[in-house]
Amino acid sequence: MPSSIANAAPAATAANLNDQQTQDLHQKIAATVGRIEVDDAKMSMRDVDVFYDDKHAICAVNLDIAAHEVIAMIGPSGCGKSTFLRCMNRMNDTIENCRVSGSLKLDGVDIYDKKQDVVQLRARVGMVFQKPNPFPKSIYDNVAYGPRIHGLAANRAELEEIVVTSLERSGLFAEVKDRLDKPGTGLSGGQQQRLCIARAIAVNPEVILMDEPCSALDPIATARIEELIDELRKNYTIAIVTHSMQQAARVSQRTAYFHLGYLVEVGETAKIFTYPEHKLTEDYITGRFG
Amino acid sequence: MDANKLHLNDHISQQFNLELEDIRNKAMVMGGLVEKQVSDGLRALLEPNSELGEEVSTTDYRVNSLEVEIDEECTQILARRQPAASDLRLVVTIIKTVTDLERIGDEAEKIGRFAVSLATAQLRPGYYAELRHLGDHVKSMLHDALDAFARMDVDAAIATAAQDLKIDDEFESLSRLLITHMMEDPREVKNVLKVNWCARSLERIGDHAKNVCEYVIYMVKGKNVRHTSLDQMQELTD
Repeated sequence: MPSSIANAAPAATAANLNDQQTQDLHQKIAATVGRIEVDDAKMSMRDVDVFYDDKHAICAVNLDIAAHEVIAMIGPSGCGKSTFLRCMNRMNDTIENCRVSGSLKLDGVDIYDKKQDVVQLRARVGMVFQKPNPFPKSIYDNVAYGPRIHGLAANRAELEEIVVTSLERSGLFAEVKDRLDKPGTGLSGGQQQRLCIARAIAVNPEVILMDEPCSALDPIATARIEELIDELRKNYTIAIVTHSMQQAARVSQRTAYFHLGYLVEVGETAKIFTYPEHKLTEDYITGRFG
Repeated sequence: MDANKLHLNDHISQQFNLELEDIRNKAMVMGGLVEKQVSDGLRALLEPNSELGEEVSTTDYRVNSLEVEIDEECTQILARRQPAASDLRLVVTIIKTVTDLERIGDEAEKIGRFAVSLATAQLRPGYYAELRHLGDHVKSMLHDALDAFARMDVDAAIATAAQDLKIDDEFESLSRLLITHMMEDPREVKNVLKVNWCARSLERIGDHAKNVCEYVIYMVKGKNVRHTSLDQMQELTD
């Protein structure tokens, strides 16, 4: 194993280990426990490696995501779950020192292919971030922005239809229908996050990536988003990174546990949270020392 | 899984360690108390010793209050810690185990009460031998079940659960014998019925001990083996 891998081990667990111990640990978690394949794969990732300069952030991860499933990615800080999520719509392209290798397919087509239009890809694979980030525009324009630049609406009426539908789907319409011309930034945190979800679904994506979408929200706003995630599953495939184990347990059908850049275990959420197979998964979800 | 392998002391939260350790200890204390109640109840019946029988029936409140106390602590843990995986299984196992232990306590209390009312009755000596035989078997099964619980030992749990069939058979044959005697001498019906109730209580204690064994298997293997045959139980845990 190249020494760069040992160096890549994020500080929390590996800091106090010597090289041999680190290597042993890596060996122990190199093979994913559980079934990575699914019958109806929307996205399919094989041998994905990610480096930040010489830091090995994701190590040979294989994972399928089924259509209309919510998959939760959990793991300690620095385990690579967000990095992995960002690979799935090539958000890492914007990071200069980041190098991604392996195969990542959306409906069987390689999304890292040279011919792949990244803007189109991100319309198909939308993203919602930790902190709500509405544009400094009106509520209406926040949602209309994507359809406009992608030319999804032929006329004003169609655009309005898209905006209203998106806001309805994100569960926000009833609360904002009388002030669509007011700035999006004037909404509460939870409303802003639902606005961002409306913005993401306005371009009719197939997959929605969510990077800790509720970590800045109160329990009521969180419950609304979680309810929404379940609703959205009918039309979209969702991958969510979360630090809240309860949230992962509540919203997802499958859960993937990442550790030191490896995918340690993946399986049915119900099983992962009651009887995980890998000790590292057990230690993490029960709050034990790794 | 050895009980030490529960790794109850490995949580980042020391307080959580203590809480889980505490409910486990209390469940074992309750198990010990219940075991003593059964043993005393049986002794009161067989000696016979009405004073001891009285004591058993008035001591049941301690079993009940332990059940309430442990239940309350488990509820607190669920609310405050949202345990997962083995911790969750442990809490669920304890909640269910204490319910069965409390029921065993109730059966012991019944035996204690019958011991008081049968103390002055002139029973056939054969009944004592039969009850002693059944009682010893049940006591040993309960002891093994509690032992399997303390050590979280799946093999022991399966072996102990298997004893329940024999106990059921013993109860059935004793019951048949009692019915015959009641038909032979209807004047004895009242007392013989009481003996039958005692045997019935012992048989129920066996059922509850079997439940505890099933919870141990759930705790360790994460598999629900309730309402399955012994063969299926073995298969599910392989």
